Amino acid sequence: MVAATTARRGRPGRLTASTVLIGLTVLTLLVLAPFLVVALNAVKAPAEYAANGPLSLPGELYLRGIVDFWFRVDFGQKLWNSFLISATVAVGAVVISVLNAYAIGIGRMRGRLAFLMFFLLANLLPQEALVYPLYYLSKQVGLYNSRIAVIIIFTAIQAAFGTYLLSSVFRDFPRQLLEAAAMDGAGKWRVLWKVVVPTSWPTLSVLFTFFFIWTWNEFFLPLIFLISNDKQTVPVALGVLQGDRMMDATTTSASALLGIVPAVLFFLIFQRTLTRGVLAGAVK
Amino acid sequence: MAKPLTRPHPRTRAGASARKADYGYVAFLLPGIVLFLAVIVVPLLMNIGISFTRWSGVGTPEWIGFDNYDRLLHDTNFWISFRNISFIILAMAVLPTLLGLFLAAVLFDYVAKRIGPRTASVFRSGLYLPQVLPVAVTGIVWGWILHPSYGALNSILDRVGLGALAQNWLGDPAYALLSVMAVMVWFQLGYPVVMFMAGLQRVDPELYEAADLDGAGWFQRFTRIAVHQIRPEIYVVLVTTTIAALKIFGQIFVLTRGGPGNATLVPSYFAYQNFFEKADAGYGSAIATVLTAIIVVLTYLFLRIQTRDERLEGS
Repeated sequence: MVAATTARRGRPGRLTASTVLIGLTVLTLLVLAPFLVVALNAVKAPAEYAANGPLSLPGELYLRGIVDFWFRVDFGQKLWNSFLISATVAVGAVVISVLNAYAIGIGRMRGRLAFLMFFLLANLLPQEALVYPLYYLSKQVGLYNSRIAVIIIFTAIQAAFGTYLLSSVFRDFPRQLLEAAAMDGAGKWRVLWKVVVPTSWPTLSVLFTFFFIWTWNEFFLPLIFLISNDKQTVPVALGVLQGDRMMDATTTSASALLGIVPAVLFFLIFQRTLTRGVLAGAVK
Repeated sequence: MAKPLTRPHPRTRAGASARKADYGYVAFLLPGIVLFLAVIVVPLLMNIGISFTRWSGVGTPEWIGFDNYDRLLHDTNFWISFRNISFIILAMAVLPTLLGLFLAAVLFDYVAKRIGPRTASVFRSGLYLPQVLPVAVTGIVWGWILHPSYGALNSILDRVGLGALAQNWLGDPAYALLSVMAVMVWFQLGYPVVMFMAGLQRVDPELYEAADLDGAGWFQRFTRIAVHQIRPEIYVVLVTTTIAALKIFGQIFVLTRGGPGNATLVPSYFAYQNFFEKADAGYGSAIATVLTAIIVVLTYLFLRIQTRDERLEGS
């Protein structure tokens, strides 16, 4: 009787297991297919593409498309711009978030809920509602078409989210630690840098990671604010080239691959922090 | 390392900080306040102000009251942009949430338990990958795949003898919005999967065992227990993805620029056109203000539902 039930359960079980696995594998491959097709054709000679189409394996590793595109758009400069902007924003936004959250979460400022509403909204606002005044004001103060303008704007937008998240985290900060430090005669600054920041370092590194990647991926505001070639970020440079007459199938693949590689690298490097962050309920 | 007690503190801090608001902390808010005033509050108010004017961006704005809003109500492009955005919400919020629930349940409940957690997390990472790429780059990838003359999709269809199915995917008004929707489902799917798989870890296994004893099937168990337990995650996913859909710009800019005609026009691109192509800053600001109002209302409703839920659960 017992044997019969397990046997009955066992076989369909194995059958479902393989069905489920095959289904999931097909789905995941479909999701990854665009990347595979891009990688395949980025290293293919244009003549070979014309002859054999997008699915053929390249007969030889053809890197001229990638190299040509790199030099044509001065891709190294774009990478540097993206890196400079994203890293500065990530550091600046973490610092501002910590300062705000220290006052709101640990200092227990009055009107905490109103503050939190404000910061959440500031982060969720459509950038279209800020773009024209920012565009106008930056022209007035001579910051239009400068990386500094983009850095300042994104520091504010990311810090809004950081403040929202960190304020709740700091609210649950162990009071004994704060009180012990205060008993030792530490002022508010010392408590912040010697107690609060070191204790919450994991959270801060998750925030840093998010801010870096989010800023790296931004498109709309950098598109408006960075118009000269030598200041553009990677997404803007690639985005505005779309539909250019110079872009054929293999060049487009090469450019897409150049855009994908840094992002996938960040993903692999930061995957642990990133997953932890997503799990912690940090959302975007 | 604790510093030696050179100067004993005259009073205990606990009582002071718990009761009275401590104004010593205001200094820490100053840099943030200055930054938020300059980048968010002042521009937002200016944008609302501009929406009541006729202004090309140079010279003095001319006050025209509610004329821009009146014009919006009679502008077919405005209504079409909101019709299109409701389809985008379907593709970015509703479908990924439903599919994500199903996939997360299969991965968490079946794959992780019967085949192994590593396999489940490999699938999860694969599905999540589109989320980490710059939207402009995913736009380029799809713009090429769907291109009518040199795109990969049509070329593949041709080669497997299905050339009759080839379409001008992004250039034909009949297919453009559907193509964009498909791309958005692809882009967004990994996010709910990751969020829901995390949420399912909170579900008490005893609830499942109780349901098993009651003879509940897998599907019943899933809808009655799992979906109920991860309601907070479902809210968060639905709201954040809906807001992301309302703000969609990069993909539209790279894939279709709102075209053909106005087949894929969305509010943010419509505002952009008025700001930077038609030099009609007043009208663009009015569109942006309406979009902002919708997002503010959504966020407010979300926070209310969330706090009410937390209170009901007594946390």
